[in-house]
Amino acid sequence: MALNTILVVAEVHESGLHPVTLELLAKARAMGTSVHAVLAAASDGDTLASELGAHGASRVYLAENAELGECVGGFATAFAVRDAVAQCSPDLVLFGQTYHGRDAAGCASVLLQRTVVSNIVDLESEPELRAVSTVFGGTQRVATAVTGPAPALVVVRAKSFESAEPGSGSAEVVRLSLDLPRWVKAGRVAGRADESASGPKLEDAPVVVSGGRGLQDPKNFALLQELAAMLHGAVGASRAVVDAGWVPYAYQVGQTGKTVKPTVYIACGISGAMQHTVGMKGSKYIIAINKDEGAPIFKLADLGVVGDALDILPKLIAEVRSRAN
Amino acid sequence: MKVIVCVKQIPDPSVPGELVGPAHTLQREGVTLVLDPGDEFGVEAGLALAESQGGEVVLVSMGPERGADALRKGLAMGAAKGILVSDPGLAGADALTTATVLAAAIRREGFDCVITATESTDGYSGVIPQMLAALLEVPAVTFAKSISLQDSTMRVKRQTESGTEDAVVNLPCIVSVTAGVNEPRYPTLKGILGAKSKPIETCTAESLGVALTGSTQQVADVTPIAARGAGEIITDDGSAAAKIVEFLTTVKVL
Repeated sequence: MALNTILVVAEVHESGLHPVTLELLAKARAMGTSVHAVLAAASDGDTLASELGAHGASRVYLAENAELGECVGGFATAFAVRDAVAQCSPDLVLFGQTYHGRDAAGCASVLLQRTVVSNIVDLESEPELRAVSTVFGGTQRVATAVTGPAPALVVVRAKSFESAEPGSGSAEVVRLSLDLPRWVKAGRVAGRADESASGPKLEDAPVVVSGGRGLQDPKNFALLQELAAMLHGAVGASRAVVDAGWVPYAYQVGQTGKTVKPTVYIACGISGAMQHTVGMKGSKYIIAINKDEGAPIFKLADLGVVGDALDILPKLIAEVRSRAN
Repeated sequence: MKVIVCVKQIPDPSVPGELVGPAHTLQREGVTLVLDPGDEFGVEAGLALAESQGGEVVLVSMGPERGADALRKGLAMGAAKGILVSDPGLAGADALTTATVLAAAIRREGFDCVITATESTDGYSGVIPQMLAALLEVPAVTFAKSISLQDSTMRVKRQTESGTEDAVVNLPCIVSVTAGVNEPRYPTLKGILGAKSKPIETCTAESLGVALTGSTQQVADVTPIAARGAGEIITDDGSAAAKIVEFLTTVKVL
């Protein structure tokens, strides 16, 4: 099935576009005749629109409105999506599977009266539009045919597609005047706190050193920080320790956290629940340290060490340091 | 105040899952249905609100009738009653249909606050709370890490991609809570015994005025993904650190 227009729902992250937006644009360009983007932003709309153009959007539906800065979550974006869909009648609308994207997709689904498929890691257009997800910790691949009236609404996990370098393209900007219902504006953001760690970003780092319950105490994450810093890597964590409040959510790898694909992933005291492995099994090499020889993480490991991470990490740090000197 | 908590009965997550039948739906036959562990945080949050303000918690769920037992756990924790939408026509329902049915049940019951988890542990669609907000047309604060209510103003710290946000919203509203937002209570013996006599009202989509249309998504293909090749497993005899360094050198990150 040939796809005509694909609409990518753009998201702002830090001061630019979210990486998943660029990944979606690259995939949309490979699949559709015409790629449009829709963006709801409090400010910098023109700069962001030209960035979207450089990444392949030929048209950007832009809803720029200062009051969006106080709106809670991604609901307002759904109304911009609704208006853009009315104008360009896309076959497919792509959302990133982020907090913002999930708000936008769920709300847009109701506004457009089309269901959504989420957790998608790949898309196929032949013989029909199929959205691919993985289940049971990434052991089975499920292709879901999306039928019914267009557009299909699909929510795609980050890192499913490679983003492309920006080109010389530019986008026509179509301005939307958002008419938001009262319920979307009723909640407001009173403050924000940044929890991002210093050093390489978890999702881009060539080495990820992750910890779980087996580290026994939040203070032992300092060992992971030290090792990661020496390997130019980033620190990750299992959901169990994030839920327990040991480290911020920004560290979480897995189904409800980040997907990482580093050259080397070192799992320390992580049992390897499906919730976790789905976010790291795409790593090139996996090293696992765990006291329990039956831990499922060993099924994925290229090098598995049955032992106590708290014994091994200090020695490993010393060895790596002596190599570096 | 009346707090609605949306809960789901899911196949026991400690039993390996399986897709069965022509529609490739999750195997539920012969598998015990339990209250989704992620929902315990929502039930706890709802009970805490109702206890602080005076009021009650009503559980709303959709699923097969035999899953009513899973709701008993929430009743044993302290919820006053359950509403279970159970309809053979809803088997394999898509996310929008599920949300439409839940919203109809919630609207009929009435509410000051609706609490949900952020996603279910079996299906992970992760968009139902947002759909409920749009269907009920009340403000939503998703991905809450902590909540507090004073008079009718809810203050919520919510997770974002880069950190947290402090959101302020008035009742009525919807809040989706992350795992770890609180410490769910264990049902007491008295709670467990009392839950047996608490009402669970069952209803159908039709009785809620929801017309079911066919699903617009069908599983077309399920294929196994090749497992990663088994690697080398060693037991630490004091030399594991050296072995890891050797591996890191081989793959050129050292």
